[in-house]
Amino acid sequence: MSRIHITTTVNGETAEFLTEPRETLLDVLRNQLGLTGSKEGCGTGDCGACSVLLDGVLVSSCLVLGVEAQGKTVETIEGMATDGALHPLQRQFIEHAALQCGFCTPGILVAAKALLAQNDNPTETEIRYWLAGNLCRCTGYDKIVRAVQDAAAEMRGAA
Amino acid sequence: MRYHAVESFDEAVRISASATGITRFLAGGTDVLVQLRAGSIQPDDIIDIKHVPGVKDITRRADGGWDIGAAVSGIELGAHAELCRDWPGVVEGMRLVGSTQVQGRATLTGNLCNGSPAADSVPGLMAAGATVSVTGPDGARVVAVADIPKSPGKTNLKPGEVITRVHLPPRGENGGDCYLRFIPRTEMDIAVVGCAVSLRVSGDMITEATVALGAVAPTVVLVPAAGAALVGSALDDAALEALVTAARAACRPISDRRGTVEFRIEVAGVLARRAASIAYARAKGETA
Ligand SMILES: Cc1cc2nc3c(=O)[nH]c(=O)nc-3n(C[C@H](O)[C@H](O)[C@H](O)COP(=O)(O)OP(=O)(O)OC[C@H]3O[C@@H](n4cnc5c(N)ncnc54)[C@H](O)[C@@H]3O)c2cc1C
Ligand code: FES
Ligand code: FES
Repeated sequence: MSRIHITTTVNGETAEFLTEPRETLLDVLRNQLGLTGSKEGCGTGDCGACSVLLDGVLVSSCLVLGVEAQGKTVETIEGMATDGALHPLQRQFIEHAALQCGFCTPGILVAAKALLAQNDNPTETEIRYWLAGNLCRCTGYDKIVRAVQDAAAEMRGAA
Repeated sequence: MRYHAVESFDEAVRISASATGITRFLAGGTDVLVQLRAGSIQPDDIIDIKHVPGVKDITRRADGGWDIGAAVSGIELGAHAELCRDWPGVVEGMRLVGSTQVQGRATLTGNLCNGSPAADSVPGLMAAGATVSVTGPDGARVVAVADIPKSPGKTNLKPGEVITRVHLPPRGENGGDCYLRFIPRTEMDIAVVGCAVSLRVSGDMITEATVALGAVAPTVVLVPAAGAALVGSALDDAALEALVTAARAACRPISDRRGTVEFRIEVAGVLARRAASIAYARAKGETA
């Protein structure tokens, strides 16, 4: 099977890889680029553990072909902390113990960051709807919602 | 499997028409990739239409109607304030599809061509009288959305045919539409029943009405008798009763783990009544 050469930007840096057409972006991130923060919970778009931003849009990377990333920008959980400093969302997740096994956490952080980029003061309802495609089997979601709200407050400078 | 990022629909048709194996067009991929991963389809050629110029455009035509590119996502549809004002029911159907992540990719065209009887955007499109432009080996044609679904997972598109755009008619004065579905939870599930109503009023009187039902037959279906039950009424109890009866009479559902035949028939009537009331209030300008 012929492999295709793809050039893309991942977390601000140029990334190149060779991929078979049927490989997903999630496969490429994890197996070729060594970015194993994005998880495969289902592989069918249901769980959100593989969430990334593709040209700024929140998507499930298991539902994107690697070849579709040609010329695009991809942002993953690995780009969230800057120079070793955790993002406010990451700190608040630790603060609130909004994770147990942590499998869902990278996807939820990426999704929550996308929400706060367009709504700096979301209500609980807005957060729950936005994150409806991010499944968590451990926390029961309440701590996640509160962590997102407190991170939003902190980022608004209101905390 | 070969991947083709085509730059024109003609190129898409050429590749598709000359392909010997299984071909899939790729819009948002939220059905295609799931089927690919599950092994339920093993395409030899995937033709990605997202690089064709104009596929992300939403344009108001001179007659007041709308042209929607084949790769416009749910989020992009929902972000278009003017379109949402004209056709709130069409937009709310599409916006119910999947999660935020799915909304970033999923399209009306993909929802229609996947051929699910439970496709959430299709009843709204049918009730609105939407059409699609189709290009194929034998040239171009315009087809009513209502004539696209054939059976579960199948469409009436001919081999090699691709949808290039979705067309909504001009909304015109005093019109309103609505789509409602029933699912066992509040998000992320497939419709047990879906119902769209589009109507027009003159004063209090309904002058036109179209009703479509999803998930109660092998395809999404128009129910002319249900629309006719509303016309000439001011949405009084007798008209609503006639609507409910006609909607239920059109149901040919199956029983599955989501709902029994009896439950689906019951709910179809309930949703028809509610959707008609919301569309009526919208037509009269009482609600957005
Ligand atoms: C987690 C999840 C939740 C979902 N929830 C819902 C839901 O609530 N309601 C619902 O209705 N659906 C749901 N879906 C199904 C899916 O998201 C929708 O059907 C979506 O609208 C498909 O659009 P797409 O652009 O992703 O299609 P694609 O996957 O790209 O294509 C779907 C089909 O259409 C064909 N096609 C695509 N473009 C064209 C074209 N231009 N011309 C001809 N054929 C074409 C493809 O070849 C394929 O057969 C869900 C899917 C997932 C993964
Ligand atoms: S692994 Fe992608 S949504 Fe579950
Ligand atoms: S912390 Fe375990 S799935 Fe969310």
